[in-house]
Amino acid sequence: MKFLRDFLDKQKPQFGKGGRFEKLHSTFDAFETFLFVPNKTTSSGAHIRDAIDLKRTMSFVILAMMPALLFGVWNVGYQHFLSLGQSPGFWPMVYYGLGKVLPIIAVSYIAGLGAEFVFAQIRGHEVNEGYLVSGMLIPLVMPVDIPLWMVAVACIFAVVIGKETFGGTGMNVFNPALLARAFVFFAYPAKITGDTIWIGGLSKPEGVVDAFSGATPLSNAAAGAMEKIPDFYDLFFGFIPGSIGETSKFAILLGAIVLVVTGIGSWRIIVSSLLGGVSMSLIFNLFAANEYMKIDPMTQIMMGSFLFGTVFMATDPVTASQTTRGKWIYGFLIGFFAIMIRVFNPAYPEGTMLAILLMNAFAPLIDFYVVEANIKKRLKRALTGVKPLKQN
Amino acid sequence: MSEKLKKVEKEPMFSSKVLKLLKNPFNLENPITVQVLGICSALAVTVQMKPAIVMALSVTIVTAFSNLIISSLRNTIPSRIRIIVQLVVVAALVIIVDQILKAYVYDVSKKLSVFVGLIITNCILMGRLEAYAMGNKPWPSFVDGFGNGLGYGLILVIVAFFRESLGSGKILGAKIIPQFMYDIGYMDNGLMILPPMALITIGIIIWVQRSKTPELQEK
Repeated sequence: MKFLRDFLDKQKPQFGKGGRFEKLHSTFDAFETFLFVPNKTTSSGAHIRDAIDLKRTMSFVILAMMPALLFGVWNVGYQHFLSLGQSPGFWPMVYYGLGKVLPIIAVSYIAGLGAEFVFAQIRGHEVNEGYLVSGMLIPLVMPVDIPLWMVAVACIFAVVIGKETFGGTGMNVFNPALLARAFVFFAYPAKITGDTIWIGGLSKPEGVVDAFSGATPLSNAAAGAMEKIPDFYDLFFGFIPGSIGETSKFAILLGAIVLVVTGIGSWRIIVSSLLGGVSMSLIFNLFAANEYMKIDPMTQIMMGSFLFGTVFMATDPVTASQTTRGKWIYGFLIGFFAIMIRVFNPAYPEGTMLAILLMNAFAPLIDFYVVEANIKKRLKRALTGVKPLKQN
Repeated sequence: MSEKLKKVEKEPMFSSKVLKLLKNPFNLENPITVQVLGICSALAVTVQMKPAIVMALSVTIVTAFSNLIISSLRNTIPSRIRIIVQLVVVAALVIIVDQILKAYVYDVSKKLSVFVGLIITNCILMGRLEAYAMGNKPWPSFVDGFGNGLGYGLILVIVAFFRESLGSGKILGAKIIPQFMYDIGYMDNGLMILPPMALITIGIIIWVQRSKTPELQEK
């Protein structure tokens, strides 16, 4: 580590005022603070500092996503060879998966960070670290066969329109990663919905096993093919087609534990989303007007990206509600709407994405009313205390 | 007094003041990006260039002539019923425009559907009538209406250009993206055809305009 520090210190003057690369100073700054916790002292305002700053927070989120990513890489290969009717063993599957997933991750980071760096340079501020997480989340919510240029366009859209126009990291109203997915969803629906895009190579069917269907559990459910929904074991461990990171609920739960233990993700939002999802499914079970409504709550939650969304997207500290009571309401409504959209509108099989984006827009309003209610309650208490004094 | 009036009458037809009326709506006083009027029709008719151009022309004609007529009538309109009078004039002009569109460009008229009729409620019209035509002479009012209509049209055409070229790969109905681009995997952006993207496009235009003109930047 010492030599890295020395190297950075040596390069530093070149990026400072009057140096050769003065224009790239925010780029340098970004890398320096990414590698080392900055040793600057605060000159004004609050002087409280936590050992874990924004960059370190982001690293923990990345860590939490690792199980889902690694499983996703393997599952991409597994599903591909399954569709060909082969089983070449563990490593070929991983290699195939890496070949598919790594380019998406690379494009996501290059396009998104590129946009961030350009903005930081023009605006003259630090490069925000928020994209470290978004850049990893975006590949996890994309189907394997997504064309890379679409990933790039979506990332740039999410960074520029979703984040920079609102003022950068910490100011965004909507979760950038979800915005990127929503962008692709509405702009290029053919590449992100349907049955043939979830498995690598299936869109060019050569040598695919007869009658093999690449449909996800959700699209099976939306089509009314309830008998094709995999059993609990497959759903939970994720041996199913789907977006890269969403399939294994087990890996997602591992990530959830990391997030909750480190205190980065709010357990209240995760729990209340699950409650919301379960209660909506129970309400549907009560009516049971069609086959989709009859699906039990457990399967509803295991299907699609419900769990992925609630663990990694809904808990985003920037776009979620900030107040404790607000978090319960926010999470509950996400779960509630996710299942509702999914069941009522077969054209949007993935309700979770739309539900979270919708609640992102409402989060400040929820906070506002929670705070107002608290003020009112306290005023009331204060005034009832005053009244007897007045009578005296 | 009478001399003063004469002096004003002698003002040349295209004095710098009048030219300013024509020029300002393009940038500093653009109806859409600065006054934020007429947004609804800007979102609705900008999927393709052709309807946008027709819409822009219709609005220009209606604003120009309604400004002219109201300005000529301005001293005889009782101020308590002026809105009704303004509406009657605008409605008459809109109906004329609508009939002409139906007679000569029926397909475009069908695409614009209700939005030609809704020119009556276009905020730009009432805004210009109230703010300018009621207090100024016919000729400057006419120019003011014309300029505002064109300023509105300019934004409409810019938005429509991006929406049509990126959304369906065409400009004025002619393909601009060669087939081989589609063969190697290019796809038209479906989001561009949906109204949200019109709003975002207008937002980007406002962004670019503000960063170029320091007068518009809020401190």
